[in-house]
Parts: sequence; C-alpha cells; structure tokens
Amino acid sequence: MKRVQFEHSSIPYLFVAPQIIIIAVFFLWPAGQAIYQSFLLEDAFGLSSRFVWFLNYTDTIFSPAWLQAAWFTMIFSALVTILSLGLALLLAVKANEVIHGATTYKTLLMWAYAIAPPVAGLMGNLMFNPLIGDLYGFMNAIGFDFDHKLDATDASFVVILISVWKQVSVNFIFFLSGLQSIPKSVNEAALMDCKSSIRRFWTITFPLLAPTTFFLMVINITYAFFETFGIIDTTTQGAPGGATTTLVFKVFQDGFRGADIGGSSAQSVVLMLLVLGLTVIQFRFIEKKVHY
Amino acid sequence: MKRPSITTHLILIVGAIFMTLPVWVAFATSTHAPETILREGLQILPGGHFFETYNEVLFVEGGVMKKVTAATMLKNSLILGVGFALGKVVISMLAAYAIVYFRFKLAVPLFWVIFMTLLLPLEVRIIPSYKVVADLGLLDTHFGLIVPLIASATGTFFFRQFFRSVPDELLEAARLDGATPWGFFIDILVPLSKTMIAAILIIMFVVGWNQYLWPLIMTTKEENYTLVIGIKQIYQVLGEGGELPQYNKAFALIIMATIPPVLVVLFFQNWFVKGLVESEK
Repeated sequence: MKRVQFEHSSIPYLFVAPQIIIIAVFFLWPAGQAIYQSFLLEDAFGLSSRFVWFLNYTDTIFSPAWLQAAWFTMIFSALVTILSLGLALLLAVKANEVIHGATTYKTLLMWAYAIAPPVAGLMGNLMFNPLIGDLYGFMNAIGFDFDHKLDATDASFVVILISVWKQVSVNFIFFLSGLQSIPKSVNEAALMDCKSSIRRFWTITFPLLAPTTFFLMVINITYAFFETFGIIDTTTQGAPGGATTTLVFKVFQDGFRGADIGGSSAQSVVLMLLVLGLTVIQFRFIEKKVHY
Repeated sequence: MKRPSITTHLILIVGAIFMTLPVWVAFATSTHAPETILREGLQILPGGHFFETYNEVLFVEGGVMKKVTAATMLKNSLILGVGFALGKVVISMLAAYAIVYFRFKLAVPLFWVIFMTLLLPLEVRIIPSYKVVADLGLLDTHFGLIVPLIASATGTFFFRQFFRSVPDELLEAARLDGATPWGFFIDILVPLSKTMIAAILIIMFVVGWNQYLWPLIMTTKEENYTLVIGIKQIYQVLGEGGELPQYNKAFALIIMATIPPVLVVLFFQNWFVKGLVESEK
C-alpha cells in the first residue's frame, strides 16, 4: 500500500462506484441467482418451482452424461495444456536462439493470438469438411478410417488439434519473454560449465522458467475449460453422442437447449468451485514466486 | 554465442507454417468460385474472384443472410471491440485509483468484491446473466452487450499493480502544490499511464472483438450480429440442401472476422506483448 494517500470521505466511493455497480448488477445478482436456482426444481411448464435441496446436484453430477463430460474435460484439458505448452516451449527456445529473422519468426508465431476461438474452430471444421477439406482426405489417405462426425476419437482429435493451434501463440509469447528475462551472464556461465545444450536447457533454463510454466498451466487449464466453448460449438457441438462435450458446453446445452435451469445452475455452481480450486492453487504459487 | 543450426531454423519454419498456413488457405480459397472449391477442394493459390466475393459478402443484402451484410456485422464488431476496450479502461482505472490512493473504510471489502469476479468467468454464470439482462430489457442493445462483459476485474488489477509502482513522492509533491484528487488523477496519473493504457486498449479490443458466447445469446436480431457470431450462421446455411454450398463466402467471412484484430496486434506488436506479459503478473 501507498505511504501517502488522500484522506477523503466520499470521493473514493464515487471512483469505485461504476465498477461496483456493474459488478453488483451483472455479476453478484446472476451469481446469486445461479446458486439459488440450483436448489429449485421447476415443473415441466416452468410455472412453479419448489425447493429440493441438493437434488439437482446429485441428479446431474451422478448422471452418466455429466460424468462423461467431466472425464472428457479432464483428458481434453490435460492434452491441450501439455501439447500447446510443449510446442510453444520448443518454438520459444528456438526463436530465442536465432539472430537472423528473429522478429519475423516471432511475428509469425504469435499473430494467431488475435484469432477468436470460434473463428479458428470454423476454419478447422472447413479444413476437415468431407466435401472440400484436404485434411479429411489426408487423414484417410494415410490409412486412418477417419470420420469425425461419427467416431469419438476422431472428433476429439479435431477439437484438440484446433484448441492447441489456437493456444500456442499465447504460450509462445510468455515463454519467449521468460527466456529473454534470463540474464546473459547466467547463460554464459552455463555455457562454460556444460557443453551439452540439452543438459544446459534442463538444468539451467527450464528451472528458471518454472514460474512462467506454472502460471501458464493455470492459464491453459482455464482456457481449455472455458474458452474452448467457441471451438466446440463451431465444430462438433459435443457430438458424437456427447463424446466431445466439455462441462461448460454442457451447462450451455442443458440450460438453453434443454431448458433445465435447475440442473444447469447446479452444474454452474460445481464449475465455480472448480475455478475456485484453481485460483487457490494459483495463489499458492504466486506466494511462492514472491519468495523465489 | 554459437551460430544457430539449420535444425533450429527448420523447426521455426515448420512452426511458422503450422501457425500461418490455415489462414492463408482460408484466404486463397475464398477468392475462388464455389464450383471450383467444390470440385477441387481447398486452394493454396489465390483465384480470380476476390472482388466479386468480398463485394457481395460486404455490401449485398441476402449475400450472407437475409437482411444483413458483412459491413453491418463489421460495424457491430467494431462497436463491441472499441466500446469494451474504452469502457474497461475508464472503469478499471477509476476503481484502481480509489483503491490505491485513498484511505477509506470499505476499501478492503470492495477490493474483495472486485477480486471475486476473477473466479467466475461469464461462461459459468451465463444463464442467470442472460436472465438479468433480459429482465432489464437490455437484449439487443449495445449497453446490454458491452457492460456485463466489463464486470470482470482484470483491468482493475492491472492498473492497481501499475499505480502501486508509481513513486509516492509524486503525490507528496502534488499535494504540496494543492492538487485535488481529481486533478492529480487527470494531470499526473493519466499522462503517466499512457503506455499502459495503450497496451490494455489493444488487448481489450481483441478480447472484445473475439467475444462469442455472450453476443450469441444476447442478440436475437440479425442486424445486431457481430462478425464472430455471424460466421456461424452462414455455416448453418452451408448445410442446407439444394443450392451450391457457398464455401467461398464462408471463408471470406472467416477472413473478415480475422483481419481487424490481427492488424491491431501486428501494428502495435510491442505494446501488445508488453501489456499481455505485464498484465498477468
């Protein structure tokens, strides 16, 4: 906190008021509604509702469809995180080594950040379109019996590929800036002590990148949970048979398409708790970073 | 330093192609006639129908959807991107200023209220948020589209962090000169934050432009569609039988939804990278 501050009774309230009002109306109110609705069961016509305690929670969470979505979300998040982090780290390390063309590489590798997930999804979907998509033809030509409309594994492959593609650029930007903040003297000292560049990377560079990596893991998991909605909605829409339905997509599907407000709200609350858990982990980490 | 090997360049080139080729193919394909695309598949070289296709998509009614042209959607996307970025910067700067520079009773609880918004992305509370906006009669309005998106606290944290790094002596000196709270903010703090403001504006423009789920459920009328949600509509049209699928238009729309945020990022690359890396600290 600042040593010097203004002592004023009313002015600070005027300054925070716009943000607090927006949060109250468009955040606290709906969040409260979600929690409240999650304890209610509406009749088929939406005319009356009654309080059912945790029925919505037990109903949704123990349903095969929710469990399937939870399982897919876990696998999906893990794969998207690992693949996009790995790919971005490799590219960032290489981009940090080159002198000629460094700016061009950097620009080409980071610009996809600006593309919206649903736009990337749509683009990918057209590339895999059976009528015109060369990727669809390619997958079949190299021997796969590829059909992402019918086969769960193939559908997951398409969604994961697009999600990774979209996320590489963000990770690349952070890794590269992390690498560039490692002092030259550290690299030079390492160069004298150790000839093998691979060993140098794992014993010196990678540990120094650990804070960045951990931070990016949280970012990537959040991305895989929430932002991939746009990709799934423009490619598989959760099909075939719910095989590519993430938890967020299911909240949307049950709430809007299925009009199951109580069940959808209960799922929302469960997701809130998951995000809360993630944030706690992140904070633990930030504390560590301060001492680092 | 050793000269980087051929492998290094090779890996980078493959990476760059991986990140770039899909968008290039989308562009090249969009400049071909629909018959060609259907017959030959995706295209790697541009064709001769660039002006024809883009003109129809941009300006001819019925070219994409019934009444809406891509030009209208472009306008809506710009309003969303710019409105979101400006709103976010103004509101979060004011809030961060109050929290950092004032001693007041509710400072800590209010800070926690703002902090809480980070825990619940819009996707999680999407249905009740929709209901609130519908109850307030704000569906299909710019206000209802933009303001709920501003609720999250990312910008506030960014400016709070920055304000805390501003030397205390500045405020001491300003107070000796008799500066009012508002005067200090406008005359000293805002000019001092210029680079930070620019960086945040760029990032938030991209974030706003790329919004999907919220505009999707908020807008019921075609004429309020943004490009990012509009492109999905043509995709549904593609699936309907009868006419020749207009893949060229689908790709043209994809390119148009991509170009403005990409240009902003490329043009302000350094600010953008700085803002992105700093804001997440």
